[in-house]
Amino acid sequence: MKGESMRNDEREITLGEYLAARGVSRRAFLKFACSLASLMALPPSAGIAMAEALAKAKRPSVLWFPFQECTGCTESITRSHEPTIESMIFDMISLDYHETLMAAAGHQSEAAREQAMKDHYGKYLLLIDGSVATGLDGAYSCIGGQTNLSWLTEAAKGAAAIIAIGSCASYGGIPKANPNPTGARAVSDIVKDKPIVNIPGCPPIPAVLTGVLAHFLTFGSLPELDPLGRPKAFYGETIHDRCYRRPFYDQGRFAKTFDDEGARNGWCLYELGCKGPVTYNACATIKWNAGTSFPIQSGHGCLGCSEPDFWDKGSFYRPLSVAHWGNKATLGGAAAVGVALGAAAALAARRRQDKIVKGD
Amino acid sequence: MDLLIFARGPGMYWAVTIFVIGVLWKLAGVILLRAKRDLSEARKPSAWTGLRAILTRSWPRRAFVHGTAFSEVLGYAFHVGFLFTLVFYLPHVLFFEDMFKGLLGVNFQRLFGVSWPYFSGGMVSFFGAVAVAALIALLVHRIVNPVKRLISNFDDYFSWLVTIAPLVTGMLAYGHVGAPYQTLIAVHLLSVELLLVWFPFGKLMHTFTVFMSRGTQGMQFERKGATL
Repeated sequence: MKGESMRNDEREITLGEYLAARGVSRRAFLKFACSLASLMALPPSAGIAMAEALAKAKRPSVLWFPFQECTGCTESITRSHEPTIESMIFDMISLDYHETLMAAAGHQSEAAREQAMKDHYGKYLLLIDGSVATGLDGAYSCIGGQTNLSWLTEAAKGAAAIIAIGSCASYGGIPKANPNPTGARAVSDIVKDKPIVNIPGCPPIPAVLTGVLAHFLTFGSLPELDPLGRPKAFYGETIHDRCYRRPFYDQGRFAKTFDDEGARNGWCLYELGCKGPVTYNACATIKWNAGTSFPIQSGHGCLGCSEPDFWDKGSFYRPLSVAHWGNKATLGGAAAVGVALGAAAALAARRRQDKIVKGD
Repeated sequence: MDLLIFARGPGMYWAVTIFVIGVLWKLAGVILLRAKRDLSEARKPSAWTGLRAILTRSWPRRAFVHGTAFSEVLGYAFHVGFLFTLVFYLPHVLFFEDMFKGLLGVNFQRLFGVSWPYFSGGMVSFFGAVAVAALIALLVHRIVNPVKRLISNFDDYFSWLVTIAPLVTGMLAYGHVGAPYQTLIAVHLLSVELLLVWFPFGKLMHTFTVFMSRGTQGMQFERKGATL
């Protein structure tokens, strides 16, 4: 109970006060806000506006539900080796429920969830990672004896907005891969009457979540989204368009194998199946591990993990321009049918000639 | 199934299947036709020299050059541009190599000992642009010239459309212009599929029959004593 009241007290104070109490200087906070504004392609003045709005904002209650997932998304967002923009997300919000990160367990954690939902009905942010199992009425994935499906439908009613983190929550992801034994669905397939932001990726880029949260706190609304519900600021361009190897694509310089001279020279990985041209994400610009690198920079093509059904789109190593050929026998049959039709047509023509010659 | 998956998968597969059926149907239908017996004695000992017509008829005759030069030059510009775009662009090379491997079990590189050459994207764009410009000019000429307009029918215009469509959509996809890349590449593949399906049943079939008919005609003329 003491812990709960402490959390509530913390929430009453503004984010600026909270950070000041934690020793975060105004200068560091301004830098943080400006870099977020810049990541979201907002004008330079927006950084200051964002810092001022964030400083005055009350820390929102956030419930993070893990469904059919691998915890990779949580790993992505929490695994910062030093204080970074991503780590500040936890200072911006009051994370009232997150199974992996919270100290409480069992009934205590469920009680915290229910309390937060009751206290902040209509105001809390609901974060979901993992797909929603719908097979057998959702029985494939349960927490505390309740299905993920029932959790989602119940919690969605009181949520101000929902953020689907990772490709599983956004599109169904790997659990939805053919033959989809659990009837996995995306959050947006279940909830239709709430604003939903998809932050796909396997895992997603941490700064995207921070950016969306900062936007929500600053402007009280969700950022502009693309037709797949993704923030345009981060998913507006393809990996290919922003890839540092793009000039090699234009010059026609390609790695043929993962260990040839082209690969060592850092040439384009299109021929090795890179899905960068059809993948919308910010990996090539924001990068990973504090801007160190991203898959293509490490020598492997993009898998297209932030696109719907990436797991079922054929081999990761087949080039994009290559077709998926079906059964060879059908084509052989087609050839035989073609010749037979031609022969029949020629035969019919010969018979007609014969008839004309005979004067019939 | 999204559009690109369809275009790369069943769409392409069935388009190629229809293409194979149609082309072999037309070719077998023509080849197996009964040739008219020529009862007259041959004027020249060997008609094989008539095969020269394939070359000589592919070049403008000096006497007619003023009337035909425009079409001939643009015709060559289109064909060279189209061929280079089709055969020497890396994504196309990968497509063909994979098709030979997947459908015929032939590994191009192992068979010929060299890898399939290709141009840079910029060069291919140039050839594509030449082909598109030539096609547009030829269409204008077809419409403006009263004789050409008179002898043109639906087949001519539709064949023109299905030929220019892959070129235009391909260049848009290369430049990422007008729509997301996966939409552009899907539309490009679908336009290729339309071309393949129409190919055997329209005038585009001349790709396979042009030299056959030119050679046959040359041999017939040679037999009759004409100098080619």
